[in-house]
Amino acid sequence: MQYSQKVIEHFTNPHNVGEIENADGVGEAGNDKCGDIMKMYLKIENNIIKDVKFKTFGCASAIATSSIATDLIKGKSVEDAVKLTNKAVIDALDGLPAIKVHCSVLAEEAVKAALADYYKRQGIDPAPLLESFE
Amino acid sequence: MDKKRFVYADNAATTRVSDKVFAIMQPYFSNEFANPNSIYSFAHTARNAIEDARRKTTDAINAKNGNVYFTSGGTESDNWAITGVAAAESRKGKKHIISTKVEHYSVLNALESLKKQGFEITLLEADAEGMITPDQVEKAIREDTALVSVMYANNEIGTIYPIADIGAICRKRNVLFHTDAVQAMGCVKIDVENQNIDLLTLSGHKFHAPKGIGCLYVRKGIALNNLIHGGGQEKGKRPGTENVPYITGFAEAVSIAANTVNERVEYVTNLRDKLLEGILTIPGVKINGTMKQRLCGNINVSLEAIEGESILLALDMKGIFASSGSACTSGSLDPSHVLLAIGLPHALAHGSLRFTLNEENTMEDVEYILEHLPPIVQNLRNMSPLWREKGG
Repeated sequence: MQYSQKVIEHFTNPHNVGEIENADGVGEAGNDKCGDIMKMYLKIENNIIKDVKFKTFGCASAIATSSIATDLIKGKSVEDAVKLTNKAVIDALDGLPAIKVHCSVLAEEAVKAALADYYKRQGIDPAPLLESFE
Repeated sequence: MDKKRFVYADNAATTRVSDKVFAIMQPYFSNEFANPNSIYSFAHTARNAIEDARRKTTDAINAKNGNVYFTSGGTESDNWAITGVAAAESRKGKKHIISTKVEHYSVLNALESLKKQGFEITLLEADAEGMITPDQVEKAIREDTALVSVMYANNEIGTIYPIADIGAICRKRNVLFHTDAVQAMGCVKIDVENQNIDLLTLSGHKFHAPKGIGCLYVRKGIALNNLIHGGGQEKGKRPGTENVPYITGFAEAVSIAANTVNERVEYVTNLRDKLLEGILTIPGVKINGTMKQRLCGNINVSLEAIEGESILLALDMKGIFASSGSACTSGSLDPSHVLLAIGLPHALAHGSLRFTLNEENTMEDVEYILEHLPPIVQNLRNMSPLWREKGG
């Protein structure tokens, strides 16, 4: 099994690592049984994702998919960020080994869980959003 | 120490073919290439090389009361011993086999296939330190027990099992005893005669012979069905034209490994203890397996809040090659069955890290690992949502 150069880059120097105090949305995906946990923090102003941070327990591809997912949604509107797919994550990393595809799914889920949390805090029903990935 | 080194610390996975072994093998590829079963004089050198190799191997493990058959390696030898004994013993109505939960998959999956054929399998539980006791074996033996198979030493956590005592019990109870000694060769003194072993598996590439060569020792008088059917090679028990160069290399490696156990254990234990001492200064580290009966080169630890594959990849970038029981390194969803069997929670099994040193490692290697491992662990923990929650 070999990783793309892009995966290695994001694993070695991941973007947007950390937490956001007073985040507007926080989401988590995965569990320690499967060996991957991703936590996403969003700062949203005027419907735009101003800042995003992540913390991940997991393999190199879990860290890389978290990192690229934050890149893909930072600066986007909430409506655009919701459209993030695991395929977009894989493409942005120039591919993932087949057994690592689930890491891209976790990244999508973590982003959407954070957005769902944001909706809830805004008093908006996140159900339609949740439906899209549950 | 800024210069990137090449530090191979995964010797339980495989070892380098030593220069001496490589040199012994060389003539048999292109010069002495004859089929050792041919009758003309050109084939005599190859034939003699095989029989010389058999004598060397016999001496190395004190196999004078049995036969050494050359095989393709550990997996074949384990499969052959287990399925071959099972088939022969089942004719006497014996269809129960005892083994352990911490065996290599070449034993566990061979047993799984027998289960489907109607055999009953008892897998003994290891304790929290990875140990299996002779008492456990004795209690599990039944009237219809055909075979006990317990590994000599564990590949993941390095635990050395009380083989001579288990063998004595099997002999007393008239049950055949097989041991997979793939990891033990060269680290402990193996003596099939005095350790009451009926069948023993060895694999060359764990002690500086090439991959794809091993042997099965079978004590005289044991009925063993073939795994492979064909011509008359290896007394018809293991057909197939003999791999002459590999057999000569295997025997040379076995011989060296057996004759240098004391020096190896002394030298490697010192390296291992220095490395372990350094690793234990990192917070949130737990040793997996007992330190009392353990292979001299084995370190297996779990690092809280981080995942094994990430550690391996970061070490790889520094030129350090190690191993982990993380699921991510195996291609399956579950982490190491051995670590789960000794009671580790999933997260700690995913965060396991194994270094296996041998006599080719140096104190500079140990220092280099200890220079690079702590910052890698710290860096990954800074990214981990589990670390702060642990109070780190």
